[in-house]
This record gives sequence, structure tokens and C-alpha cells, in this order.
Amino acid sequence: MSRSSAPVATRPAARTRPRAGIGADAARPDGVPKVRGEFAFSSDLWMDGMLWGRTLRSPHVSARIVAVDPSPALAIPGVRAVVTAADVPGRPTYGLEEPDQPVFASEVVRYHGEPIAAVAADHPETARAGVRAIEVVYEPLEPVVDAERALRAPPLHPDGNLFRHLVIRHGDLDATGDVVVEGTYEVGMQDQAFMGPESGLAVPADDGGVDLYVATQWLHVDRDQIAASLGLPAERVRLHLAGVGGAFGGREDVSLQIHLCLLALGTGRPVKMVYSRDESFFGHVHRHPAKMWFRHHATRGGDLVKVEARIVLDGGAYLSSSNAVISNAACFAPGPYKVPNALIDAYAVRTNNPPCGAMRGFGSVQVCYGHEAQMDKLAAALGMDPVELRLHNALERFDRLVTGQVLTGTVPVRECIRAAMAHPLPPAPSLLDPPMARPGGAGLSADHADVRRGVGIAVSLKNVGYSEGFDDYATARVRLEAGVGGEPVATVVAATAEVGQGFVTIAQQIVREELGVADVLLAPAGTTDIGSAGSSSASRQTWMSGGAIQLACVAIRRQLIARAAASWGCSHASVEWDAGEAVHEGTGERRGLAALLADGAVEAEHEHHHRPTVPLDADGQGDAHLSVMVAAHRAVVDVDPGLGLVKVVQVTTGQDVGHALNPTQVTGQIEGGIAQGVGLAVMEEIVLDEGRVKNPSFTDYLVPTTLDMPAVAATFVEEPEPDAPYGAKGVGEPPVISSGPAVLAAIRDATGLALTRAPVRPEDIALAGQST
Amino acid sequence: MTSRETARSRSGPEDASHAPGYEVAGGYELHVNGTTRTVEEAWLGESLLYVLRERLGLSGAKNACEQGECGSCSVLLDDVVVCACCVLAVDAIGSHIETIEGLTRREAAADVQAALLSAGGVQCGFCTPGFVVAVYDLLRRRPDAGELEVREALSGNLCRCTGYGRILEAVRMVQEERSRVAL
Ligand code: FES
Ligand code: FES
Repeated sequence: MSRSSAPVATRPAARTRPRAGIGADAARPDGVPKVRGEFAFSSDLWMDGMLWGRTLRSPHVSARIVAVDPSPALAIPGVRAVVTAADVPGRPTYGLEEPDQPVFASEVVRYHGEPIAAVAADHPETARAGVRAIEVVYEPLEPVVDAERALRAPPLHPDGNLFRHLVIRHGDLDATGDVVVEGTYEVGMQDQAFMGPESGLAVPADDGGVDLYVATQWLHVDRDQIAASLGLPAERVRLHLAGVGGAFGGREDVSLQIHLCLLALGTGRPVKMVYSRDESFFGHVHRHPAKMWFRHHATRGGDLVKVEARIVLDGGAYLSSSNAVISNAACFAPGPYKVPNALIDAYAVRTNNPPCGAMRGFGSVQVCYGHEAQMDKLAAALGMDPVELRLHNALERFDRLVTGQVLTGTVPVRECIRAAMAHPLPPAPSLLDPPMARPGGAGLSADHADVRRGVGIAVSLKNVGYSEGFDDYATARVRLEAGVGGEPVATVVAATAEVGQGFVTIAQQIVREELGVADVLLAPAGTTDIGSAGSSSASRQTWMSGGAIQLACVAIRRQLIARAAASWGCSHASVEWDAGEAVHEGTGERRGLAALLADGAVEAEHEHHHRPTVPLDADGQGDAHLSVMVAAHRAVVDVDPGLGLVKVVQVTTGQDVGHALNPTQVTGQIEGGIAQGVGLAVMEEIVLDEGRVKNPSFTDYLVPTTLDMPAVAATFVEEPEPDAPYGAKGVGEPPVISSGPAVLAAIRDATGLALTRAPVRPEDIALAGQST
Repeated sequence: MTSRETARSRSGPEDASHAPGYEVAGGYELHVNGTTRTVEEAWLGESLLYVLRERLGLSGAKNACEQGECGSCSVLLDDVVVCACCVLAVDAIGSHIETIEGLTRREAAADVQAALLSAGGVQCGFCTPGFVVAVYDLLRRRPDAGELEVREALSGNLCRCTGYGRILEAVRMVQEERSRVAL
């Protein structure tokens, strides 16, 4: 790992900066229990007398439900309850953006695996038997599984088949270039495949409400959806964050939450539910598959003149967050380049495929496969070096997006490209390489003589946080008091979901930095004691919850300064804060935390809102985004064209991080994101057959292993973002966006094939040009 | 109508654990982490993973797939790493079972655990206990394993968060430290 020479954010001039403050490789507070196997994940919960829940899911893609009879299940000893749509006392539907998804399907089934009923039983195997015993009479219907067809088909849902149509018209739509390239591109359906299965424990409470311990990304929005369907006031639905085994967008929507609460309230007993891996594939939304057409116009000199695009995202059966995903796809369709004129026509469509929604890099990932393939095509048509073409057209600070928004923050596109390219290339493939290092690895491995090396580059752009006028905020409370022995202790209360990203570490680092206190405790996250933190998604929590914690600390400092001023009988203005102490500017007298806290604890809560954004207008114009993040990736691959096998050898990156608050954690985000990007490029896809999921298991849905993962070299490009706390941008999403398109470019380089579809399958290479 | 009344509850004995048939009369014993534990009234079809996690309170071994594909449930069975999800608990009768809790207690993998933390190999941590068991096992069998061998040995353990870079770094750190101490 190396860092660019760009300036880093200025830090408070602290005399004795607490170790493990901002910029340090602070240790995760949950690290020790995690390596000892003692950390309680949502599937580890247990309670005396608890029951096991399980969901009945539709074997059909599209069907009318004629009848549901739970009585055979209830006849099984040990089955305690069955709940169906008829048992949902409140709103029968839920949803992140609009409640269009039934808690249980009652009249129609709209996708393979849609929940029909849930069972609670004494033993998980009994629950499974109960699920099997429920009698459902279906009348199968012809599914609509093609998004283009769905646009013209009769409505699959009362809300219709078009989730959102967004058009961006920018500049002169009649402009043309000397050189024009066009192409169509396709991206398959990726799964988040977090390791910790959906799971939770619901406990009925004496007040008729329920306590739900669950792994999720956004506690308060879960709570509101659950309460609406239970017909309970929000305060009687108490959510507590249980240990989260990864998320990547897949826990943003409600999955088992409402079912679990219904079962617990229905039986009066605690109920635990853990999805099996195959159920997990049915139980959460996926990355939208995309079909895209692009036409790029440029001058002979290589200036981009216009980008035209038509983007169709298959949203599956229900809305989820399709509106936000299509917005990103449209806004960032041209990539990180200066584009004076653009016409982007973008659709998110309802079909009978599995619902799609949030996944790391949402919207930007899909279009990046298109715009980056186009840039390579354009470079070839111009006879220009692809890297040069990108540098030549790179967005800079104060340039405009195709939405007309002026980028007032940092946009280090050139720096990221140069940093990615600056890393040394790996040694050429050699006859002496062990077979394991060749395409095919441990199994069917390529002959050295057949191996072709290829190199590709791709660059990406994505927004940080929520856009289009959403009033996004996060709440945090910090309390500072004298602990045992008089040592100051800070406690942070926030409903921020730690999903593995390391927010808990950053929270501690911020408090240490701001208050100079070493001991920082984190209260368990829940909905009972604090307002919303917003979602752990869109790379937003360091900015939003981090900002809330920082500003709460600032308020605490103000109170401590007031205490010092009172004790010295001077004005607040003549007291400075320095290195965890109040300093009298006149006398130089200092007062430490221990003395200042002698009068009792100090507490402050802050609700942090970012600068407002606005909705896009009818032409897709407006300052819709808070900030953008850039990443560039260079991939090196070895390919055996005859066997169609690909070995990704190396991925290097330059990533715009603003300011690396914890370099080790940033590296972890980069490497983990690249793994998911490489996965989408060469192996990960939910395979559908007329809407039916063919591969809901880790046997058939392949996620990269240690043998698939290339060497990674990363450079942090640190240009502090003016608006962001400590100048730090989000870091989670960019690594997953352009890493995959770089791999595709490298495979094209190695094979000379067009390869317009991700993931690239062996047959796409080996059988290219043959009709099958 | 309250939600409590909406579910079709079935009245029945609240205490009996109705496993779906074939209970093992009188229960059975398992040797786990050096002690003998009794498993009562269990269904014969339960996996070792289920019994460890749900009956014996040892939830360190994880359940990411329960299909033998991810390694999150790795335990040692007579000193051999197995996927506990793919072993019937009753097949482990008479064997010595060691879980992440046992390794931790006897500090057998303390350096592996410390290296995973300092290298940054832990994010969500769901894969971590399985990796600790797998790395512990690999390095005692093949202390000098080269990078490819390490990658192959750990390729049965899936991690979705880290991209493995920090985990492989942790393995290198342990190898270095152990060979330094051995000198
Ligand atoms: S849970 Fe046993 S291998 Fe995945
Ligand atoms: S740290 Fe999350 S799966 Fe490995």
C-alpha cells in the first residue's frame, strides 16, 4: 500500500494526540471477541423456551394463489403457529421507497421464492416439516421475465410495471462528433452473499409489543415498516442490533423481520429464525441486471462531444430501492469524464424476476461496464492510448456532471488513474509457474503455451450518501464522565449499524481525537434510546454518523469550556481547548478532563444533516448529489482462450478517499470491494431460467476464494473533501465499481473478443464466434 | 384485533421438545474441548454444528452455508479439520471434538488470532473462527507453506468482506514470527 503525495486534511494541533485517534490504525473494538468466536451474531441468539421459525416460499415464478390451508401443518406435534397474509394485522405490505411488497403473498405470487406463510415450531426440523405440510393451491401464470417486454405487458402489480423512467437532457442534443462508437452491454444479477445468514430473535413483551434482535443496515426504517404491518405504535416495536455478518446492501430491505414478530406475538414465545443459505438467496434483493446501449461522440482530437445511452434495469417483482439505483445509473452513465452534451434514457422495470435493490456501488457498477468499454472502443477508433483518452477527458473540480451539477468537492480522476498505473506490473507468465497459478488453478489447468496475458483499465464515479433532496441525517449522543478511578470515559450512543465495515473503530477514533479521552465505550445500537442513524449504505456512515459524533463532541467541548470559564471567572471566549484540556488564554492555566468532570457528567446529542440536495427536474438536471468518489483500477489477467479460463493476476488501484481515517480499514474495504468486483466480472451470477433461480447455493453461485483473488496494490489519493468531517469520503463502494470493468477490459485485451457481458463465462470466450 | 390473536396458535404442552421423531433414548455423550458433554433428547438427524451451537452453547463455529461450502463451521474432529455442518453429531460420539472455544482456551492459536487483528483480517468476523481453525491446522502441518500452498489450503474458507488480503498477510506474519522465535 502506498499513499499519494496529495495534501492530507489538516488536523487539530493537539499537543499529545491520543493514540488511536484520527488517521491511526486503531484496533477494532469488536476484534477480540470476533477472533475468539465469542462475538454474538444474529444467528447465535438463544433464549429459554424459544421456538424456531421458518418460511414457506413459492415454488412458482408467477401464479394465482387459490387457497392456503395451514391446518395440516398445525396437526404436526411441535408446530405452534402458522401465520399467513390473513394474520397481518396492520399494513399488508412493506417497502423501502414505497410499500408495494406483501408481507405474505395472498392472491398472486410475483417471483420465485416469495413468502406465503411462516411457521413456528419447537425444533427447526419440525418447522421445516410444518412448512412442507401447508397446503397451497396455485394456478401458475405465464411469467414476464424480460424487462423490455414488461414495459409493454399488462401490469404485474396494481402500481404498474414501470418503477421509474428518468431522462437526462444536457447541452446540445443535436451535437455530433467526428468519431462515433456504439455498443450494447449486459450485466448479470449479482448477490451480496454476505456470510452471516439472515437471522434474528423476536421476543414478545408485556406491553403487547415486541423486542427484535436482528442483523440489519438501518434499524429505524426496519422498525417503522415492522410497526406499520403489526399495527403497533413504533415505540412498542423495539429493535436491537444483533451481530451482523456482512451486508453489502442485502440487509437494507426487510426480510424476516415482520414474519418473526408476527410469530412471536402469535405464540407469546420468543422465536428465532435463521435462513439457510438457499433461503438467503431468495430472502434478500440482488444487484439489478442491466441491459444498456451507449453511443459516444468525440472530436478527432479525442474530446468527448456527446454521450447517448439507454439503460434498462430489471428491478424484479417489487420496487425496493430501484428509484435510487436507476438515478445513479443515469447520473453516472458517462463515468468520470467531461461530457458537454448528453441524452440518457433510463428505465427501472418490474418483472417476475427476484426483486433487486441495494448492492454496494448500486447503479454505478452496471453503467461502468458500459462507459468503460465505450472509452476503450473510442480510443481504438481514434488510434489513441486508452489511458491517455481517459486522462484527456477526466473530470476536474468545478466541472459539471451531465445533471448540470458543478462538482464543488474534490474530483481527483487523473490522480487516481496515474496512481493505479504507477504500480509495477506483475512478472509475465512463465513456464515455471506452478499449474495452480495458471488459469484453471487446481482443477483443469491451462498449458503455459496457451496462456495469453491482458491488461485493462477502468475508472468510475459514484455519489456518497443519499441524493435527490432526501433529507438524510444521523443522530448520535456522547456522554463524558469520570469513570472508576477518576479516569474520563466517553460513551457513544448511536443506532448506526456496524456491518463489518469498521464504523465502531471510526467512532472511537473520532471521540479520542475530539475529546482527548482514551476510553471510549459504544452503547449497543437500538431504536429505544436514540433517533435514526440512517442506513449503513451508500458509503455514508463515516460522513453522517461520524459527523454526528464529531459535532456532539464539539458540543461537549463547549460545555467543558463553559465549566472552565466559570471556575476561572472569565468569558468563554478566553478559554481555548488544547489536547484534551481547557486553557486560559490570558494566564496559560490549564484544566484537565478529570477536574472538569468533577462537577458531573457532560452529555450532548447531535442530529447531523448534510448540505441539502435537490430532486432532478424533468430534464434530469439539478444539484442532486452531496459529493462524488472516484476510483481507477488496472487489471492484469491470464486467459486460456481455448478453454475459456481466466486467472485474474493483479488489480491495482488509485482511490479517492479524501482522508484515510484508519488506513488498515481502508485497505480492507479496498481489497474486499475488489474481490466483489472481480467476482461480478468472471464468476458471480444468479442464473435464472424463466424467473426461476437455478443456483441458490455456494456450490453453484461462486464467490471468489483465496485462489481466485488476485494480488492487490492500492494507493490512497488523499485530497480532503471540503464538506466532509476530517475531509474523509466514503471508501466502501468505489473498489467494487471499476475493478470488474477493468478485468473485462483485460480479458478483451488478451483475447481480442468483444465480450459485452459480465460476468464473462468460459463459453463466452471458448465458444466465441461459434453458434451454439 | 390484536396481533396476538391473529396467529393460529395450537395449544399443546409447552415444555416437550418435539423433535421430528427418532429421539435418541437417554441422550448421548460428546467429548468436546476436553470435557464430556451430555446431549439430551436430541433428534438423530442433527448435525454436529447444530448440537454444538444450539444444545451445548458453543456458538463459535458458524453457520454460513450448512452445505460444506464455506468453512465457517470448521472444527477439529480427532485433530482433523472438518465442516461441522456435514458431520452428524451422533457420528462424533467417541471422537475428540475441538472448537474455536477450545483452541482459544488453551491458547493454541493465540498468535494467529493476534495476527488476524493486527493485520486487519477481521471485518464482519463471521468467517473468522473458521479461518482461525484452518490457519492453526495449516501452520502446524506445514509451517513453511508458501503463498500458493497457503491459498490452496484456505480456499475452502469463504470470506465476503476482506478479499483475503489481510488474512493472508496475517498468515505471513505468524510464519515469520514463529520462524524468528525458532531461531
Ligand atoms: S457452514 Fe459448514 S461449510 Fe459452510
Ligand atoms: S470478515 Fe466478513 S466474511 Fe470474512
